[in-house]
Amino acid sequence: MQTPARFQYERATSVEGAIASLEEHDGDARIIAGGHSLLPMMKLRLANPEHLIDINDLDELSYIREFATTPGLPADEIRIGALTRHVELLKSEVLARYLPLFADAEQVIADPVVRNRGTIGGSLCQADAAEDLSAVCSAVRASVVIRGAGGERVVGMDEFHVGPYVTAVGDGELLTEVRIPLRPGAGSAHEKVERRAGDWAIAAASAAVWIDGGTISEAGVALSAVGPTTVHLARAEALLRGATPSEELFATAGQIASEDCSPSADGRGPVDYKRHLAGVLTQRALRRATARALQQEA
Amino acid sequence: MQVTIMINGESVSRDVEPRQLLVHFIRDTPGLTGTHWGCDTSNCGACVVLMDGQPVKSCTTLAVMCEGHEIRTVESLEVDGQLDPVQQGFHELHALHCGFCTPGMLMTSRALLDENPDPTEHEIRTAISGAICRCTGYKNIVGAVRWAADYEAANRQEQEVG
Repeated sequence: MQTPARFQYERATSVEGAIASLEEHDGDARIIAGGHSLLPMMKLRLANPEHLIDINDLDELSYIREFATTPGLPADEIRIGALTRHVELLKSEVLARYLPLFADAEQVIADPVVRNRGTIGGSLCQADAAEDLSAVCSAVRASVVIRGAGGERVVGMDEFHVGPYVTAVGDGELLTEVRIPLRPGAGSAHEKVERRAGDWAIAAASAAVWIDGGTISEAGVALSAVGPTTVHLARAEALLRGATPSEELFATAGQIASEDCSPSADGRGPVDYKRHLAGVLTQRALRRATARALQQEA
Repeated sequence: MQVTIMINGESVSRDVEPRQLLVHFIRDTPGLTGTHWGCDTSNCGACVVLMDGQPVKSCTTLAVMCEGHEIRTVESLEVDGQLDPVQQGFHELHALHCGFCTPGMLMTSRALLDENPDPTEHEIRTAISGAICRCTGYKNIVGAVRWAADYEAANRQEQEVG
């Protein structure tokens, strides 16, 4: 039988209360939302928090909304509450309209039953290199809101990912929101290859492009499962920026992806295969993201 | 700590450790061993129950997290000797061999039909993709869920005509 070690449990009734409790327990407490990453870790005794703070009742952290950073102007940001569940991300019309890579990813994250419980905040804070939403958020230039007793700070994904299973969220802090900027001419896609339904990725690629007058004005590309953390492909992005979309361009970006990732051999495949996959998936994601930006998706 | 959970419409209250998993809380309740405890790693789906109508894996949910929520287990499907259409479908199409995965399959299928009364084969296969059957190869299970959908559609039509 797999059973977590003993811990104390409390149910938070407010964000402030959850943060106060985190502070009080000074590194010995963990937040639990869906629990589909944390509980398996606790069963394996890889995580042994002495205190669990259940935030499932904090409905104020569950939303997907369009937001105008300048009041009176059109929405230029999507804001997603940390407690928003995978199933809601999958079904969201707002995300389907602006950020279709979310639905691409959510269709292949775990299985529908797990998606009923798991949350975006939990997935990001777990910071597993094979986790899809970290690459998605990296590609679309998301930032996260981290709240502590002293107030809020907003950090980009590069700063958020500190290392394997380690994020910028401190002991007394709670990730409350994900913010994604909206700009015209955007297209995005997520491509994943897995061994079987519901499994972690062998490799996955997230791509976002912003096209202005036939030229890629900005691009975001990130990989899952082929490095110790989410792999942000800065060199591929630099190549794409200012270029005219073409198959040759996507192939070169794919080549860079193969070179710049650092997979390890395991039951899911050898290094060469994973590098190959990273390249092919990057190419496919860019092709699809561009077709979507140009509204030419087949 | 004292935990009270509504299971199949009845309030069940017990003093448990916070680390107790929902699957064990349910199975420790007299008469409720239908929910199976399988892989313990949220992969196999044998332990699926409905939480507020949504299928969840009870091996990866703490009992204390369910206080204030409605849980439905496989025992709630049959009412007064009348099988639920998904149970009947599994019976008609021989959708089980050893039966270990069946409670989870039934609850996952029930939730699917509650949300989508006319699912395609692809939608059925997606819905049960979090449940593993090592005997049937799924073909009969998919057929059974479709059987239940057709049966319920015919019943609805009859009611409308009647």
